[in-house]
Amino acid sequence: MRWTWRNLDSIGAALGEHVLLVGAALLLAAAVALPLGVLAARRPVLRAAAMGGSAVLYSVPTLALFALLVPLLGLGFRAALLALASYAMPVLLRAVVTGLEGVAPAVRDAADGMGLTARQKLWQVELPLALPSMLAGLRVAVATLVSAATVAAYIGGGGLGVLILTGLDQGHTEKILVGATLVCALALAADVALRRMQRA
Amino acid sequence: MIELRGVTKAWPGGAGVQALDLTVPEGTCCALIGPSGCGKTTTLRLVNRLVEPDAGSIRIAGQDALAQDPVQLRRGIGYVIQEGGLFPHRRVGANVAVVPALLGWDAARTRARVEEVLALVGLDPAVYRDRWPHQLSGGERQRVGVARALAADPPVLLLDEPFGAVDPLRRAQLQEEVLALLKRLRKTVLLVTHDVQEAVRLGDSVALMRAGRLVQHAPPAAMLARPADGFAADFLGADRALTRLGLFRISDAARDAATVPGEALPEATTLRDALSAMLERGVRALPVTEGGSLSLEALLASR
Repeated sequence: MRWTWRNLDSIGAALGEHVLLVGAALLLAAAVALPLGVLAARRPVLRAAAMGGSAVLYSVPTLALFALLVPLLGLGFRAALLALASYAMPVLLRAVVTGLEGVAPAVRDAADGMGLTARQKLWQVELPLALPSMLAGLRVAVATLVSAATVAAYIGGGGLGVLILTGLDQGHTEKILVGATLVCALALAADVALRRMQRA
Repeated sequence: MIELRGVTKAWPGGAGVQALDLTVPEGTCCALIGPSGCGKTTTLRLVNRLVEPDAGSIRIAGQDALAQDPVQLRRGIGYVIQEGGLFPHRRVGANVAVVPALLGWDAARTRARVEEVLALVGLDPAVYRDRWPHQLSGGERQRVGVARALAADPPVLLLDEPFGAVDPLRRAQLQEEVLALLKRLRKTVLLVTHDVQEAVRLGDSVALMRAGRLVQHAPPAAMLARPADGFAADFLGADRALTRLGLFRISDAARDAATVPGEALPEATTLRDALSAMLERGVRALPVTEGGSLSLEALLASR
């Protein structure tokens, strides 16, 4: 444990980087998935393209995706962020589309018939009713990102993966364990927090 | 008043509406019936422009509906659909307040109106205002749906199969109650149903449609007595004469002064039920609670 006490600040920095990477990637993914999902839920052709495309994107292994992006974006935080965002986006997109599609046709019809504009219908009726599905998607995306962000260390993205990778390199068991434990704890904590939100 | 003139709407798969003329006078209820795909729901949705016509004119309370902004138009027309179409994420009170909120009413006025219309449809505001839709029975949801449609006091209401999801035992009572309320409030109502019994009981007039065209538009008793063609006769059913008897009550028929034995029927009993009682008892005359008796001859003559 001596290494841990002496390196608390760099461990904290790695944890901070990890959270930042996950958080920024989520925001970026949501910024794309939300409008795209809203559009796709209304247009069958776009829906098929978006869902098909996102299924392909999601099935690419994390490390392969990172490797593919390196020639385009080089190494570092930005490349890792983009890779993670493109990993979470399909999950969120699917959640938005299925959430919106789950709104009962009678409810939409009533909203139209009472004179809600398309925008009022979206914000007051469709999105609130799609919220449970979107939160469920967010939970999956967060769990995926916390673990995928570990791999970001390979392309210099920083985060807790750095502790694990360098630990493996140096045969430093304590370093490996600290990194791995913190990743697990982060994933669990995020899941508990989001599950609370889902229930509320 | 609702007036459709030469209204046409073609759908790619058929089931549109062709050159439809239909007038619903102010304060009356017109029941649209016909087999599925006849265009009755399309007709209803043309009135609040959830469906845009290809041709023709639509006037509501003298105003050209096609010249108005469709969203504004809909805020002035009550709309009730099967199961009520309540917003599941909002409480009963907030559901009823949807249109007042869209119209920008202040909180106090909205709150007072919500209580007023909930009471009108027979729901105690103190009990129901804060419930969620999923905590209500089918009939209660439907009542809330009607209250919501009445909230902004629109002159015209559109009802699309509004009683379809209600438990059959309660349906008749709910139908009568809602229609009596709409009549009392002098609303002009267009009602879509696939049920002949419901149409003749609730409609001041019945409009029978087939393949996008109006086959016959007449008061229920007249339509049941004289169907326009073989299709109308078939659709109204082989028991249409009995259905028609159900529209009249003992009080509508001539009464004999003679007293006859047996259990008396109140004069609010329909002639259909009176005939059924005669068949059941094997008699040609029935005593009436209010005095005198009803003979089979008088019953038949009252047609």
